[in-house]
Amino acid sequence: MTPSHFVALAVILFVIGAVGVLVRRNAMVIFMCVELMLNAVNLAFVAFARQHGNLDGQVIAFFVMVVAAAEVVVGLAILMAIFRARRSASVDEANLLKY
Amino acid sequence: MTAGHLLAAGQAESTGASVAFWILAVISVLAALGMILARRAVHCAVLLAVVMLSLAILYAVAGAPFLAFVQIIVYTGAVLMLFLFVLMIVGVSTKDSLRETIPGQRLAAGVAAIALLVLLSLVIGHAAIGPAAPAGPGYGVSNVRGLATLIFTKYVFPFEVTAALLITAALGAMVLAHRERTTPKPTQQELSRERIAGAHPSPLPGPGVYARHNAVDFPALLPDGSPSALSVSPIIAQRASESEGGLPAPPLPPGSAVPLPRGNGEGAATDDDAERESAGTASASTGSASTGSASTGSAGTGPAGTEQGEARS
Repeated sequence: MTPSHFVALAVILFVIGAVGVLVRRNAMVIFMCVELMLNAVNLAFVAFARQHGNLDGQVIAFFVMVVAAAEVVVGLAILMAIFRARRSASVDEANLLKY
Repeated sequence: MTAGHLLAAGQAESTGASVAFWILAVISVLAALGMILARRAVHCAVLLAVVMLSLAILYAVAGAPFLAFVQIIVYTGAVLMLFLFVLMIVGVSTKDSLRETIPGQRLAAGVAAIALLVLLSLVIGHAAIGPAAPAGPGYGVSNVRGLATLIFTKYVFPFEVTAALLITAALGAMVLAHRERTTPKPTQQELSRERIAGAHPSPLPGPGVYARHNAVDFPALLPDGSPSALSVSPIIAQRASESEGGLPAPPLPPGSAVPLPRGNGEGAATDDDAERESAGTASASTGSASTGSASTGSAGTGPAGTEQGEARS
């Protein structure tokens, strides 16, 4: 089990998340798939850190987690605002860039 | 300790790590596939939790115990709980429709996914990812210390920017989730007038209080023995009717068949007006039934007497 195994798993998870973002139409599920992609990238960072034997990749993964938390907070707030206005969480309904 | 001992220890560690890796890789990929295939958003959230927890263990296997705990606490604990909170507000029981709104979207997405997979596989196939370097000073026991040293020396400026980002995100979420009140807030006097003028001046009966069960999905029994559909929340009644066989439907006596009020398929997002209307009509019918039976004989015995009578018969 080398770091390349971890990177391969990260690639698979990233592609699955990308498919979810492309296919699903519920905005909540799309957010979850984005989180899955971020997690996959974090796994790749940790694997590369292991490959190089230092900790820089782990620090970057830590920052990615912080940014992901901020992104989820703002994104879910936007989702709630859209849900209040349109009574739906589907991305097909939100086709007007109006309040 | 001889070199043979060291080699044996290293091999044992690597086999254990390989076993953990393969098990967790299969689990996480299956859960991720289930996440994009599940129709309900709640199932997607639970499967995402599975993926995140297995990734946390994988971090620990790859020599990042601090990140493993941060993954569990921040991602599975905070982010996923936030998802579930918003999911409960938006509506738990909503399902995705399987109708394609953009023709050929799934086909195009599948082609794009295969292309992306091939591209990334070629990239990591060509990039010579060597074996793991001998573990540096930051691996093992001093992982947290090494990370802290890096964060507060080399990466101190990104760390400060992170603080600004978090404050901005919190403020933005508060601004976006804030709801402007368009109508003036009703006073207590107006609320009480509205309640007296409405169909139900008294509070609604609690679920299962006078029935034989004390569960929230079990309607209360009125003094004449008929179940009161008003006592069950419409969302719970709708869920109970959706999951057939999961929750036992209360036996309705033949004379007083009161249909349980059902939401109109939107789950938590039902209109309040519609709920109030159906509740009003149901209360009118149950009220007339209870007064009729009370005048026929069992007046004054109360709900306890009714229950005893039912238990005897």
